[in-house]
Amino acid sequence: MKMKNIKFTYRNITVFFSFLFIVVTGCERDLSDKAEPATFGKQGEIFTDSPVGLGTNFYFPFSGSKATAWSVDEDEGYESSASMRFDVPNANDPEGNFAGAIFRIDGAGRNLTEFDALTFWARASQGVNIGEIGFGQDFLGNKYQVTRTNISLGTNWVKYIIPIPDPSKLTEERGMLWYAAGSQDTGGFAYTFWLDEVKFEKLGTVAQARPAILNGEDLEQRAFLDIPIQITGLSQTLSTPEGNVSVLAMPSYFNFESSNTNVATVNENGIVSVLNVGTATISARIGDVEASGSLALDVTGPFDFAPIPPNRAPGDVISVFCDAYNNVPIDYYNGFFAPYQTTQGGTPPLDVNGDAIINYTDLNFVAIGTFLDVPSINLTGMTHLHMDIKVNEAIDPGDYINIQLINSVGNSETSGTVGFSGSAFVQDQWVSLDIPIANFGLANTTQIGLLFFISDATISDIFVDNIYYYR
Amino acid sequence: MNKLNIYNRVNVVLLPALTVVILLMSSCETDETQTVTTITNLVMADEFDVDGAPNSTLWSYDIGTGQNGWGNNELQYYTDRTENVTVQNGVLIITAKKEDFEGSSYTSARLLTKGKFEQTYGRFEARIRLPWGQGLWPAFWLLGDDSNGTEIWPQIGEIDIMENVGDEPTRIFGTVHGPGYSGAESISKSLELEDDRFDTGFHVFGIEWGPNYINYYVDDMLYNQITPDDVPGEWVFNDGPFYIILNLAVGGELPGPPNASTIFPQTMLVDYVRVYQRNK
Repeated sequence: MKMKNIKFTYRNITVFFSFLFIVVTGCERDLSDKAEPATFGKQGEIFTDSPVGLGTNFYFPFSGSKATAWSVDEDEGYESSASMRFDVPNANDPEGNFAGAIFRIDGAGRNLTEFDALTFWARASQGVNIGEIGFGQDFLGNKYQVTRTNISLGTNWVKYIIPIPDPSKLTEERGMLWYAAGSQDTGGFAYTFWLDEVKFEKLGTVAQARPAILNGEDLEQRAFLDIPIQITGLSQTLSTPEGNVSVLAMPSYFNFESSNTNVATVNENGIVSVLNVGTATISARIGDVEASGSLALDVTGPFDFAPIPPNRAPGDVISVFCDAYNNVPIDYYNGFFAPYQTTQGGTPPLDVNGDAIINYTDLNFVAIGTFLDVPSINLTGMTHLHMDIKVNEAIDPGDYINIQLINSVGNSETSGTVGFSGSAFVQDQWVSLDIPIANFGLANTTQIGLLFFISDATISDIFVDNIYYYR
Repeated sequence: MNKLNIYNRVNVVLLPALTVVILLMSSCETDETQTVTTITNLVMADEFDVDGAPNSTLWSYDIGTGQNGWGNNELQYYTDRTENVTVQNGVLIITAKKEDFEGSSYTSARLLTKGKFEQTYGRFEARIRLPWGQGLWPAFWLLGDDSNGTEIWPQIGEIDIMENVGDEPTRIFGTVHGPGYSGAESISKSLELEDDRFDTGFHVFGIEWGPNYINYYVDDMLYNQITPDDVPGEWVFNDGPFYIILNLAVGGELPGPPNASTIFPQTMLVDYVRVYQRNK
């Protein structure tokens, strides 16, 4: 019994020391691997000569894409005989007019915290920009989705880098790779591209992070109680041996901050909750690097919505822009007529908690169009045009807004105008206009194609809502 | 040594494991002990340990824009202002700023030891963290004394120990210029890091220079030797002393101008400059 005990002791010592010395010989790189409690797999490879560790059911095409676009090509590869092949279809392919899918691990996610980039070698059958390639999209919230856009591929194999915005976040990631590619660049014609040696890597050459929110702009904006605001324009830019590479990054990579949490707070999805009157500035960081861009909010009170339109029978209303009725199809809420129009806004309308409102700014003139790709509006039987307008600025003597209708645009067109002087409006208050259609003086109102707002820059910032004809 | 003591205490049972271990260790050590320097007689060192202006007994400054942007259409105006050159926390800081100054759009600094420290042959090295970004052009280099203006470049000789263009943060290059091999015809070789960058940490850049040879090294990597056989003209590095220049240029023919992606200010940090003399 005694001898056996001694032998056991020796064996234990053997195990202990061989472990210790292997750590030393590995130049200590393995130490953290061995010392940490087991978590999720740390494999980096996604595709070498075949998919690596993705399980069986890992390919999920996007809705509307050609589901068979991806295959393993056994005759093509970067310094190998196999690669991932993507056959982007013709724009008129009945099975789908683009290629796109996610590669999601069929099983537990991987711990990618020790990598700094997704890398791959790629080439295409012709020079082409691939619309989007990234990782982190899992169809389960896409919390850590990353997108590199417009990746320029040539016909020779080149290595590409998609930096991880903040590796420390990726402790359990299933979305290994995703892509979306169309034929916009190729005149609608099909092409093929290949990816090989697809893997997460610790390059060590990715640095100088420059995160951004709101596309790096410092914005000031009015905000209203209980009307949430989504922080958009999120990106991370890193210097790589390939040059500066920018990727779109989901809010979960960022830590958002509010300078006044009594006024506004931001959650991890980048949604600002507006809580109280006052001012607050929203900023963000990735890791310890401050993002460029900020949002200064001035909260003045609740949002002042336009009056709710009365209930009317559907046959009594032709609605152009009103959440209370079904709107007719329109070409645009802002035609951007060159070269004289300065008016911005309307594309798209503001979405204030689900309520659509047009905010025209820099107004001189602007039109809502219904004549290009949609039917013109036949006002036969209608008696009035209704709209609600709020002027968001001081109203000076001489200010005006003229409302003009054009019938039969471009084909013996006729126009009629009803003018409103500034005194018809009140600063920062909604005013309802109910204009008899007869006042426009049009002989024919069966093909209304344009509805103009004309201020000639006397009034430049207005809200418009509830535009409809009725009887 | 502690590890060796542990070996001594364990017995025969451990041998198989240890054999593997020792083999792997020796492969690691081969890289780390590559002989890159042999000249060890230290004769000058600026460790930049005193905050404020650099030591005036060693360093002076080129001021202004020189002729045609120091011969390269560089865009910066060199000054000796604290904003552009100072010593803080044990490092020399050369700062390139974007600002309108005396008709230039950028300012920076260029330090030199001309007339204060000059030497023929030896080992010249500096530990530097580089700036980064399109249009930045840091350099650590030697220029031959012009014998009070009686000799002109490139006859005087130029040894560029380290140059970098800021849009290539993983690559530096070492170069010699002389008669018949100057400017675009100079003799140069670059070193690219596979898994690290020059702008995220300090690296040692140096040469060992003797009769008819100049050896170039970065950290523990000896990456080039230039001898008279490598240059298509007169070897001008066997006579006359050379002085040291540290500078951070902006723009110019080599890097091209900064662009919208370039972030200013940018800093070149120098932890030390050391010069060793060959044993006679």
